Amino acid sequence: MPRPHFYLLLALLAAYGLSASTGWLEAHLDGWAYYQDVLIGIGINIILAVSLNLVNGYTGQFSLGHAGFMSVGAYLAAAVSLFLGPRLLGEEGGTAFQQGLMFLAALTAGGLGAALAGVAVGIPSLRLKGDYLALVTLGFGEIIRVIFQNVEVLGGALGLNGIPAYTSLFWVLAVGAVTVFTVTSLVHSTYGRGFLATHDDEIASEAVGLNTTRYKIVAFVIGAFFAGAAGGLYGHFKMTITPTGFDFTKSIEIVVMVILGGMGNTLGVILAAILLTLLPEVLRPIAEYRMIIYSLLLIVLMIVRPQGLFNFRFGKAKS
Amino acid sequence: MSEFLQQLLNGLSLGAIYALIALGYTMVYGVLRFINFAHSDVFMVGAFLGYYLGKFIPENTVGGGLLILLGAMLGCAVLGMTIERLAYRPLRGGATLNVLITAIGVSLLLEYSGQVFFGATPRTFPAVFPSANFTLGGLVISSNQVVVIVVTALLMVGLQFIVYRTKIGTAMRAVSLNPKAAQLVGVNNDIVISFTFGLGSALAGAGGILYALNYPSIDPLMGVMPGLKAFVAAVLGGIGNIPGAALGGLLLGTVETFVNGSQWSTYKDAIAFAILIIILLFRPAGLLGKASVEKV
Repeated sequence: MPRPHFYLLLALLAAYGLSASTGWLEAHLDGWAYYQDVLIGIGINIILAVSLNLVNGYTGQFSLGHAGFMSVGAYLAAAVSLFLGPRLLGEEGGTAFQQGLMFLAALTAGGLGAALAGVAVGIPSLRLKGDYLALVTLGFGEIIRVIFQNVEVLGGALGLNGIPAYTSLFWVLAVGAVTVFTVTSLVHSTYGRGFLATHDDEIASEAVGLNTTRYKIVAFVIGAFFAGAAGGLYGHFKMTITPTGFDFTKSIEIVVMVILGGMGNTLGVILAAILLTLLPEVLRPIAEYRMIIYSLLLIVLMIVRPQGLFNFRFGKAKS
Repeated sequence: MSEFLQQLLNGLSLGAIYALIALGYTMVYGVLRFINFAHSDVFMVGAFLGYYLGKFIPENTVGGGLLILLGAMLGCAVLGMTIERLAYRPLRGGATLNVLITAIGVSLLLEYSGQVFFGATPRTFPAVFPSANFTLGGLVISSNQVVVIVVTALLMVGLQFIVYRTKIGTAMRAVSLNPKAAQLVGVNNDIVISFTFGLGSALAGAGGILYALNYPSIDPLMGVMPGLKAFVAAVLGGIGNIPGAALGGLLLGTVETFVNGSQWSTYKDAIAFAILIIILLFRPAGLLGKASVEKV
């Protein structure tokens, strides 16, 4: 994708336009509330998938613990709004602008917390490769979940309730745009070539003097940051979070988006995230069988199009 | 002291089940080098097969119990071989990641089909074996625990025999060592891999029955946690290593039972993964595995 700045601007404009026209849409479009929920879900999944794509796709490190970072962000952001919010904004909840600032602070805190968790998880585990790395990240994700289940301040197994509903289409689009912008411009920068080199051939990269471990950790931490922000959005969208909502099924859901989109192909990953979020919604009338169809599709797609659904660079699919 | 022995006994009987599941993971990893995520759901299907077979066979008899065990093992073996044939074989030789995702797909398929066909609400597993409790110097031993340990021990001896004393076992080891070379000396890889899946799945089926005997509430998602832990056990012992899987399973079951009995009981699900991480960081090849040298 050329000139990422242009796309960032476009997306931010779209976000602003949407937030300005929400009132009109609500009045004139039947079932807008439902569409809006679906769109927000798509946006959050795009953020998760694109950020994981930096780790799994571009850098070639197979992480299965993305939901863990998402949960760290979700809890931290929710805690900021729940515990800090009333103190700073007062009883009435402050003006819309103040709430916006508050939410921005909460999301940033969530992202930074997740990034910190990314450092803590990444430094020991990124020495491992392939299946082993996948397992260790899976393990860390599960450990994070169990810890949240045991922290009483954060609601234990019941989770946190009554999180203010700050998440709007504007926020999701804006954070999504920033995520896509950061990942694309990072990968296309001089520095970012190191991620691709680490993916293509680790030994050769080390031989030409790249610090592959550092690249892996940087990718991991940036991925975790955006996963955390997405978690924050998710928490303020659902207004309630429980530790079980972030188990390894969620991680796998995100990984599937990355793989179907074609690893290391941001546009494809975005399309896959849209498709995989819409699919269960479209199949809702046959509720009982929809997950069966979803899993069957997954198997068939892997056999028929192993390079990913939206990867059109034939013959370049790499193991 | 008797408290300690009691926990040890409980731990060993849980560990024996983990070991049975872990064997399937480790054998498949040995021949195909990928994590068969669907294995834990084959385990679940085993328990449900036992549940439905239990309707036709009189309860509380040793013969009936063994018949159910054998039936579930056979059913799971067929299921495992079918999965391999339909989902994994078309991808053989492709990227490992794709096979991994397919395995996840198969796992989801089994779980969701289970929810549709078996129902999502937990069922009570029938008491297929006659049960009684013995007391032995302060220890309470349930007959189910004895069944678990005896059946597991027998199955492991049988497996050891198949792998080391039969022609197909030799072929399995050959494929695991070097698939191409095995093919060159006339081993039919397809048959060997299919057999490996059948064998591993049969053990998972047995594991499912034994697990359901001790924790008689079964549901379509029951396999997820024991499956993950059994995989941890396989890695702990050294993946691809059969005695390692058995050792890892027993160790993990024991540690988990002790944690469960302590004040840290709410962390019991985390302990398996903590062990996994520590092992992988300090001894990535597992307890009994041989470290491989990376060649450039």
